[in-house]
Amino acid sequence: MTNVTMGPPSAKGYFGRFGGRFVPEPIVPACLELEAAFADAWADPGFRAELDAHLRHYAGRPSPVTECHNLGDLLGLRVLVKREDLNHTGSHKINNVLGQALLARRMGKRRIVAETGAGQHGVATATACALFGLECVVYMGEVDVARQRLNVFRMELLGATVVPVTSGSRTLKDAVNEALRHWVATVDDTHYCIGSVMGPHPYPWLVREFQRVIGDESRAQCAELLDGGVPTHVLACVGGGSNAAGIFAGFADTDAELIGVEAAGGAAIGSDLVGVVHGSKSMLLQDDAGQVLEAYSVSAGLDYPGIGPEHAHLADIGRAKYPSVTDDEVIEAVRVVSRTEGLIPALESAHAFAYLLREAGRSIPRGSTVLVNLSGRGDKDMEQISDLLAQRKETS
Amino acid sequence: MTALIDSLRATGRPVLVPYVTGGVAENWMDHVHAAVDAGADAVEIGIPFSDPVIDGPVIQAASVRALERGTTPDTVLRDLASYRGSVPLVVMTYYNLVHRYGHSAFASRLAEVGVRGVVLADLPMEESAEWAEAADAAGVATVQIAAPSTPDDRLEEVCARSKGFVYAMGVMGVTGERAVLADSACAIARRVRAVTDKPVLVGVGVSTPENAAAVTEHADGVVIGAPVMRRIAEGGSVGELVGRFRSALG
Ligand SMILES: Cc1ncc(COP(=O)(O)O)c(C=O)c1O
Repeated sequence: MTNVTMGPPSAKGYFGRFGGRFVPEPIVPACLELEAAFADAWADPGFRAELDAHLRHYAGRPSPVTECHNLGDLLGLRVLVKREDLNHTGSHKINNVLGQALLARRMGKRRIVAETGAGQHGVATATACALFGLECVVYMGEVDVARQRLNVFRMELLGATVVPVTSGSRTLKDAVNEALRHWVATVDDTHYCIGSVMGPHPYPWLVREFQRVIGDESRAQCAELLDGGVPTHVLACVGGGSNAAGIFAGFADTDAELIGVEAAGGAAIGSDLVGVVHGSKSMLLQDDAGQVLEAYSVSAGLDYPGIGPEHAHLADIGRAKYPSVTDDEVIEAVRVVSRTEGLIPALESAHAFAYLLREAGRSIPRGSTVLVNLSGRGDKDMEQISDLLAQRKETS
Repeated sequence: MTALIDSLRATGRPVLVPYVTGGVAENWMDHVHAAVDAGADAVEIGIPFSDPVIDGPVIQAASVRALERGTTPDTVLRDLASYRGSVPLVVMTYYNLVHRYGHSAFASRLAEVGVRGVVLADLPMEESAEWAEAADAAGVATVQIAAPSTPDDRLEEVCARSKGFVYAMGVMGVTGERAVLADSACAIARRVRAVTDKPVLVGVGVSTPENAAAVTEHADGVVIGAPVMRRIAEGGSVGELVGRFRSALG
């Protein structure tokens, strides 16, 4: 396997064959402005220092890596878990949002629009907007509003306006459509704070850079735990792919196997079809005519038919692989990880654990050292999981 | 077949281009013919896409209705074979459908059914070279979009690359009717005219015959989408509506 560095995309925003900027003309200038602003900020030690300070003193970074001995004993592996669940607001989403909010402020924007699936990105965005005094509008599919009610309330409490989206599948894909439509009309004073490594250039690059802190920290923490070594496997769940891109960025140039776990009902890479939606060319669930299909997953955050273009590229060159797990395997993983380790993973993060439970002793040989990104905590999912477990009891 | 740009230049009057979502109803081609009979100078045919990010509620709803009827690029293009008008047809859609169809296959299929131009809402000039080559080879004009936010230097290049006409977006926003005509509609028309002699058609936010008359002081014509599609949704007469725009434009 060739080791790679996850560097900047090409001048036109491509990672190999994937990426680009497929957006209506009215928002092209804003993308160009953002690209220049990000390149400038990212090269500015002052900006980096300010972001670092917020990550440290506000978000609570660095997040620890916990060695999970019980799970390790159960599976015959060493299991290391990167604890993004311990960040302020409960997931990795805050890393990206603090970066984008600072960038928006630097560009003189006073409003933020965002989409959200599970509500974690929406909550993180609402949080950063409260902190920096920015106006905040969050689009969320009606289906997700219902299954993530607690997060809707959190966003509103933080001062954001949550707009339920009733078009299409009424989940994340449609929330992105509405956020884009809103942005077209408000682009003068509004920054679109996209929640994952997707969208038009420069978003996939910019979000990955803001999430790369997960990988950089993990690399150093693993070195300490493993006598200078690296894990044999790095696992993360994949919706759009931001937590995976962040942790992969720390290990792409090592021998570690990189594995992004998709939801079976939203497996873009698994579909093996190239497509263009929401601003980039990537792998995409679609029908024969090219209509984008609705994803189905127990987890609102992975209910997305696409995947970030850099992941399509990593799959293309064989540097990472993207298997999927079923809803049932995910629920089981939530139960097992909670019981054995006292860690309740978000449904999204549980996909990575579900794969680990299924593959330990199979494609992940006994004795392997596996780093799993626990991208978020499961508090937001308690109501949904309790309903699902009750249903399972009834039917079994 | 006459090139799109020559047809539009030859009208000798402000150009009126109604838009109809292909497959929106069983009899959708009747709406196309009604528009032509009422004085359209060209008709824009929308091929519905699942994720129309530049469309507002009216055209989104039309797309959903069309898709629920099983409409695909092939069914729309097949139906166009029964077109009996003489004014040019232009297709408007989103890039993924073209990508999936294949550039050359789509371009030649358009040419086969007599379509003379295409507007791809989410394919800005940086990404359009490969498609434009296939379209050029098939004799189909790739129309570029100019927006109020397009800066001057970029505007020149957008206009230089545009074939057939330049589509000037009248407002920063999604398709749909507006209570008043935005100043940006006349402003973008003037800016485009200053850098090109290609026909300039203003679309998005041209809601009434009066709007159309005001805009064509500065532009060669207008595209009217949401008013037509609302009329169809309400079961009204497309011919009557287009006729009123025609009278206002002369
Ligand atoms: C905890 C958690 N993990 C993962 C995701 C998926 O996003 P991404 O693939 O961008 O990391 C979400 C999205 O809502 C999330 O809330």
